[in-house]
Amino acid sequence: MSFEIDLRHQIGEREIALTLQSEARLTALVGVSGAGKTTVLNCIAGLIRPDAGRIAIAGEVLFDGDEGVDLPPEKRRAGYVFQDARLFPHMKVSANLAYGERLARARKAMIDRAELIELLGIEALLERMPSTLSGGETRRVAIGRALLAAPRFLLLDEPFASLDADRAETIRAMIEQVRDRLDVPILLVSHDSDEVGRLAGRVVELD
Amino acid sequence: MLGLSDMEWAIVGLSLKVSLVAVLATLPIAYALAWLLARRNFPGRLVLDALVHLPLVVPPVVTGWLLLILFGRSGPIGGWLENSFGLTLVFNWTGAALAAAVMALPLMVRAMRLSIEAVDRRLVGAARTLGASPWRAFVTITLPLSMPGIAAGAMLGFARSLGEFGATITFASNIVGETRTLPLAIYSGLQLPGAEEQVARLAIISILLSLAALLASEVLVRRSAGGRAHVL
Repeated sequence: MSFEIDLRHQIGEREIALTLQSEARLTALVGVSGAGKTTVLNCIAGLIRPDAGRIAIAGEVLFDGDEGVDLPPEKRRAGYVFQDARLFPHMKVSANLAYGERLARARKAMIDRAELIELLGIEALLERMPSTLSGGETRRVAIGRALLAAPRFLLLDEPFASLDADRAETIRAMIEQVRDRLDVPILLVSHDSDEVGRLAGRVVELD
Repeated sequence: MLGLSDMEWAIVGLSLKVSLVAVLATLPIAYALAWLLARRNFPGRLVLDALVHLPLVVPPVVTGWLLLILFGRSGPIGGWLENSFGLTLVFNWTGAALAAAVMALPLMVRAMRLSIEAVDRRLVGAARTLGASPWRAFVTITLPLSMPGIAAGAMLGFARSLGEFGATITFASNIVGETRTLPLAIYSGLQLPGAEEQVARLAIISILLSLAALLASEVLVRRSAGGRAHVL
């Protein structure tokens, strides 16, 4: 089972509850904005502690409220591509890419660095600072940074948001490549079920 | 050299030594306090915040008096330092440095705290998901991104130390060659008839030193932040 998620989390007045079991290589989590999709991703990545529940991915338990299991983010090995990318502003693109890669050096890389840079089309950006990149470039670098950290699973938060149709199509093609070539379960969050239809083996609604 | 007499050089040298030691010794303490106040919620945080800021609002002579009680030869900390390490702070340049450090601390903490608060915590979260331990995320993200605040805090602390008067004269006294820094030398000159020229020269030196410290830190911060941050 790729994703086995059962969690409850209260933020202010809003109660977020999700039960999800999926074997698909790419699972899409769809819901209107404000439904708590990003909160779910943060719980999975270990950035937020859910009030209760259990999260297991590819057979490993990351969180279990009853058993007292709560791995810190650095032990979960999430390849988290944030909607706002969160590239480190004081590091060049190459240093951003190397950040997780260096920390993961003991593990087996899932993809060769040069191959990934070519796949994402970011060779020309390596010496640039993040503040000089366009939205599409920023997102491609963020995907590269997450993949080079040898993640056990990928979390993609609205990967097509605020991109024009051409750029969104490029990113979509890249995600397809990653899905088909790398052995890593992907959870993709989107507000629009139309844009994930072609990609996802399984679509789950979050109310 | 530069038209300064030996005596003036001695005063300038002592002032620089006292201020430099005060700032360097306070830097890690100030940064740790700034980080605690910016990033952690704990019981007594408000009290710690108030204590750090106390030297800013209490009359300096009172701060000096408190230092005398705590760090004097018969004081609880001063007595222990003297018995254990043979270290005397009163009537000593190290005492002047301690007084300057305590007075500079609030300014340093304020500048550093602002810059730590300005570092996006979500970047720290991103570093953690990429495999960084909390300590590593701090060293690679929070620390470099708050560097302008560290430089600004160090500069403010240095300038404050150069000008420190009340706590120093109360705690470390006004001893030629030992604790008579620039402000104390200017004060002493004002007590003597016919030393007007001496006072004016020392005052000009004092202004130039402060200006140099200000400009140096501005250049430093601009360069380290790639022109995106400034002190002034």
